[in-house]
Amino acid sequence: MTTDRRSFLRLMGVGGVGASLAACGTQPAGYGGASSAGATAQTLAKGKGRRVVVVGGGYGGTIAAKYIRMLDKTIEVVLIEPNRQFVSCPFSNLYIGGLLPDLSTLTIGYEKLAANHGITMVHDTVTAVDAAKKTVTVSSGSIDYDRLVLSPGVDFRAEELEGYDLASTPLVMPHAWKAGAQTMLLRKQLVEMPDGGTVVITVPLAPFRCPPGPYERASMIAMYLKQHKPKSKLIMLDANPDIVSKAGLFRKGWKKHYDGMIQYRGAQKVTAVNAKNRSVFIEGMEEVKGDVVNVIPPQRAGNIARTAGLIGPDKSWCPIDGTTFESTIQRSIHVIGDACVAGAMPKSGYSANSEAKVCATNIVALMNGKETTEMSGINTCYSYLSAKEAVSVAGVYAVKEGKIIAVPNSGGVSPDLSEVEAVYASSWLRNILTEMST
Amino acid sequence: MKQKSLSRRLGAGMLLAGAWMMSAVANAAPPNAVMLSNACAGCHGTGGGSAGPAMPSLAGQSKEAIVVAMKKFKSGERPSSIMGRLAKGYSDADFDTMGDFFSKQKLHPTQQTLDAARVAKGAALQEANCSRCHLEDGREGKDDTPAMASQWLPYMQMQMALYLSDKRKMPEKMAEKVKPLSVDDLEALLHFYASVK
Repeated sequence: MTTDRRSFLRLMGVGGVGASLAACGTQPAGYGGASSAGATAQTLAKGKGRRVVVVGGGYGGTIAAKYIRMLDKTIEVVLIEPNRQFVSCPFSNLYIGGLLPDLSTLTIGYEKLAANHGITMVHDTVTAVDAAKKTVTVSSGSIDYDRLVLSPGVDFRAEELEGYDLASTPLVMPHAWKAGAQTMLLRKQLVEMPDGGTVVITVPLAPFRCPPGPYERASMIAMYLKQHKPKSKLIMLDANPDIVSKAGLFRKGWKKHYDGMIQYRGAQKVTAVNAKNRSVFIEGMEEVKGDVVNVIPPQRAGNIARTAGLIGPDKSWCPIDGTTFESTIQRSIHVIGDACVAGAMPKSGYSANSEAKVCATNIVALMNGKETTEMSGINTCYSYLSAKEAVSVAGVYAVKEGKIIAVPNSGGVSPDLSEVEAVYASSWLRNILTEMST
Repeated sequence: MKQKSLSRRLGAGMLLAGAWMMSAVANAAPPNAVMLSNACAGCHGTGGGSAGPAMPSLAGQSKEAIVVAMKKFKSGERPSSIMGRLAKGYSDADFDTMGDFFSKQKLHPTQQTLDAARVAKGAALQEANCSRCHLEDGREGKDDTPAMASQWLPYMQMQMALYLSDKRKMPEKMAEKVKPLSVDDLEALLHFYASVK
């Protein structure tokens, strides 16, 4: 904690706790772990450094921080993330289904990334953004920025689920939609469930993080049940009229591997929960009980985006310019990843990675008074249907009249379930996590 | 009335915002090498240096090899899972731009567990059979022959399997050379290429 506080103090710009600046400038280089604390102090001492603050160390934030530094070493980058380690949501369904013994292959640290690129890590939570003063507030003070990148992921619209308490309900009915403790809890509940039990998964109306995620989860849980608890069943209550992503492939895979085990019910919007009974209510009427109930709540941009006033007319997500990912509501604040409305790009890890690079490229251009470059982006996303088979969706994106569109006649889903795609899927994870952590 | 006053209050700000957003869009240059190529790095590694093992490294690959590969992915001549779907999103000019970018990146040396005996055997086979097109121990390639040096073994094995099952078509000269070789010989060759730094 002291390290946090001290490395944080180094980051103070003019104003705030300016008095501590001189002292910070004299701290020995290399202090504060692997991050480039020395370089930071030097830049600040000169009093003319340019700084980008990136909030959120996930699929988007790590890449934005890294690529800004790769493109322009004279711009200081501060990455603020409360956790010391990041656990990937992609592939966490494989752990839930029992294909991974633990979450270690999904977990990365920030030390190498920070050291390799001279990124200053601050492990803290941003509680406020002052767009006029260009300052973010963290628990121990404030940090100035020239440009701010928010990659906060999602938070839940708990108010749309009667009886849902953000703190206590997930401990009984895990969402497991943020990987880590929640993922482990859902797995634990499945393992402890007796054979013959009922698993309920509820899916919110789109858009939500990872469109194929709930259906991959159903596949992985059904795989586990078939093998270990064959008398059990899985009920999927989907608020959407049909499977949101890769529908044909999921249906095919379910029929092939888990016929009769998954009861899929479309257009069944859950509006209330009862944690005590482990039950949910469809449109406040029909009560559905389960032994394991995985409520995936409706979502919106991460809380800090709301606090910063970046939410658009849909009341949930942040509108951005398709070229720079700069908020159309607040200048000098960019939003990437699940939290933003990136036109045709889905809310996926790879999208966040791709958006982060577009954003980084154009932030560097803007900060150097150079011409920006039109976005070109990619999404690739794999889902496992069984222990050995996966399917994918891929897309190429461009900007047209300020909006991000899918390039016509490109992209699309796999023709069929495939073992080769499962091989590529595991390499996908290895590469994208390596890119984020080195 | 209520609406009017609201829009009046918002009006100035919206206009300003609109103006700077429009100018940002209007001034943007078409996607360049960095913009196009960085998007590939989520799977192929930063700068095209893959962390493996199924995704090939693109760093230091020959421009011609990349361009030809992308065109064949796009047409479907070369089998793929997602590369064909992605290639359809780009023009031939884009392939040129991306090929040029990756060819200029430094070769990515991979850390792989390789069989020393196979590497030695592969070195001899390379010299005797493949060196006319796979130049400099596979560090370079004639025309559109891809560089093989330090490439991921599992990736090369997957491609060799596609060649041997006729799903990916071998160039005529390669087919002539590969035909008399045993599976063990081919495996040794791939171990050798993977070992070249």
